[in-house]
Amino acid sequence: MTATTTATPPPEVRDERVARVGFWRRLLLKPEFGSLIGALVVFVFFATQSSVFWHASGVANWLDPASTYGIMAVVVALLMIGGHFDLSAGVQLGTAGLTTAILTTEYNLVVWVAMLVSLAVCLGLGFLNGYLVIRTGLPSFIITLSTFLMIQGLNLGLTKAITNTVSVGGIDQEPYFGGPEKIFASQVTLFGQKYYIAILWWVVFTIVATYVLMKTRFGNWIFAVGGDETASRNVGVPSNRTTIALFMIVSFAAWFVGQIYLFRLTSIQANAGFGFELIYIAAAVIGGCLLTGGYGSAIGASIGALLIGMTSQGIVYAGWNADWFKFFLGAMLLLAVLTNQIVRKYAEQSRR
Amino acid sequence: MTETAPEATPASPESGTDGPLLEIREISKFFGSVISLQEISTTVRAGQVTCILGDNGAGKSTLIKILSGVYQPDHGQLLMNDVPMTFSTPRESLDAGIATVFQDLAMVPLMAIWRNFFLGSEPTKGWGPFQRFDQEKAKRVTRKEMLDMGIDIRDPDQPVGTLSGGERQSVAIARAVHFGAKLLILDEPTSALGVKQAGVVLKYIVQARDRGLGVIFITHNPHHAYPVGDRFLLLKRGKSLGDFAKSEISRDELTRLMAGGAELEQLAHELDREGGRGGIGAEMAAEVQSLPH
Repeated sequence: MTATTTATPPPEVRDERVARVGFWRRLLLKPEFGSLIGALVVFVFFATQSSVFWHASGVANWLDPASTYGIMAVVVALLMIGGHFDLSAGVQLGTAGLTTAILTTEYNLVVWVAMLVSLAVCLGLGFLNGYLVIRTGLPSFIITLSTFLMIQGLNLGLTKAITNTVSVGGIDQEPYFGGPEKIFASQVTLFGQKYYIAILWWVVFTIVATYVLMKTRFGNWIFAVGGDETASRNVGVPSNRTTIALFMIVSFAAWFVGQIYLFRLTSIQANAGFGFELIYIAAAVIGGCLLTGGYGSAIGASIGALLIGMTSQGIVYAGWNADWFKFFLGAMLLLAVLTNQIVRKYAEQSRR
Repeated sequence: MTETAPEATPASPESGTDGPLLEIREISKFFGSVISLQEISTTVRAGQVTCILGDNGAGKSTLIKILSGVYQPDHGQLLMNDVPMTFSTPRESLDAGIATVFQDLAMVPLMAIWRNFFLGSEPTKGWGPFQRFDQEKAKRVTRKEMLDMGIDIRDPDQPVGTLSGGERQSVAIARAVHFGAKLLILDEPTSALGVKQAGVVLKYIVQARDRGLGVIFITHNPHHAYPVGDRFLLLKRGKSLGDFAKSEISRDELTRLMAGGAELEQLAHELDREGGRGGIGAEMAAEVQSLPH
């Protein structure tokens, strides 16, 4: 499957039963292949529509949404490979930002402390999601649909009850604001163009997730639990702990992205993150994740997010109404699933 | 079919000098008012194969699950090397050296052979947070263990889902052997296989036995059991029909006990009454008559 083709020792004799797998076929076998082609096509398409699209300012512009989508898409991909969904991933980042903002502005907590509390809240939500899923054995789709709705309600209800409005602002007036702002929302100038630091975090998340998935025991367990949970439990994989850990990783990323939004905008809406959960799942699927679990890649999800980021900004550069974005997103998703299916069939045939 | 199966070496029975590796002593298991197993006893010695035979619903699966720690018996004892044992989780049973190869083989079809081989017990290298799955070692060991079982796997990167049924069994058996199993439980390893593949799996059973493992081979096919077995436990509706050493029972007796001779005669009569299809009943009756009573 996606396993790294590490250099085998040279004296190895080729087995005549193994058909030589050609370079192209081997490339097709990678789950991220489809999204890579898709990203290239989308890039070329919008680059021909508008010259700004491929200039530094344009690139910085579409890398920005791609980065925050990407961080989440990567962890959502891990969860999907582990066989689960998290529909509450989007609203959790709202919770993360709101908690930090409310605790600092309304309760005068030091920003850093508020952030820690917010992190604890998010990890708690992730734990709750995972715990409910393993205890009830219900599909995570249903469990997280209910937590999604509840969290959405809490975000709105509590924010209104505490601040009497539906948005919390003014965090930039608080002491120590500069520290977390540097981490989450600073800008780096490269060749005269400013880029948000979130792009760097996106790359870090992608590398770490890929490393964990491909090179560690935990990664092996993720594939196993998603591929066949009973089987993996029978050979001693701690499947429950793996599942809970995956949900908590998603929540951690939601906290991280929530802080990015908060410190960048210095204010946050009570409905922040609502609707993003489907974009993350779309990115993961475009990146080659199977809805049934056990198969996929973090890099693929990352490229999927890049593709979505390019489309969301490209539409604007091409001079179209931004309302068309969702249509394109849906069309790309459909196209991606269809190609993935065809590619996988072709790839599986080459194995026989 | 039996011709393709390797014959057991007659030297092994009762050659064990000390007590049995595993003794099952009057085990009973109830689920509510349902008696799933009633006072079942048998023994497994190192280097021998104990076959557990029974039709569907005989209680074979319940017995395996007790041995592998999924269920706990309501009565009776399990003794390993004369020491009473209780297994409250599959892990405890594994740690005691009992490896169960379930019908689903506990393998993940989408994952590569070497990833499956070490699933749950991955070798690691590195230190602390940089500890990682030692993949070179995993691939090397997988290849070697499979070679020791007489299988030259084509490509350890191949997903298990692309292997044939017999090959999958062999991976599961090789895995159990590698992880230091003393007692190997095989749950219907031949039931879903063709004649040739079943023969191959029987060969692996003999190989595991010759390496000094105790083997429990669960099957409903006496033709698969007889050539490799040293001891036979017959189950029917949760009760033992008998626990025989190979010297105490012939292949035909085993087949007859398994098939339930009286029931076959009944079936023959019924088929005769249907009448239509030229003498199936008579044919069956003749078959039944030819079995020793």
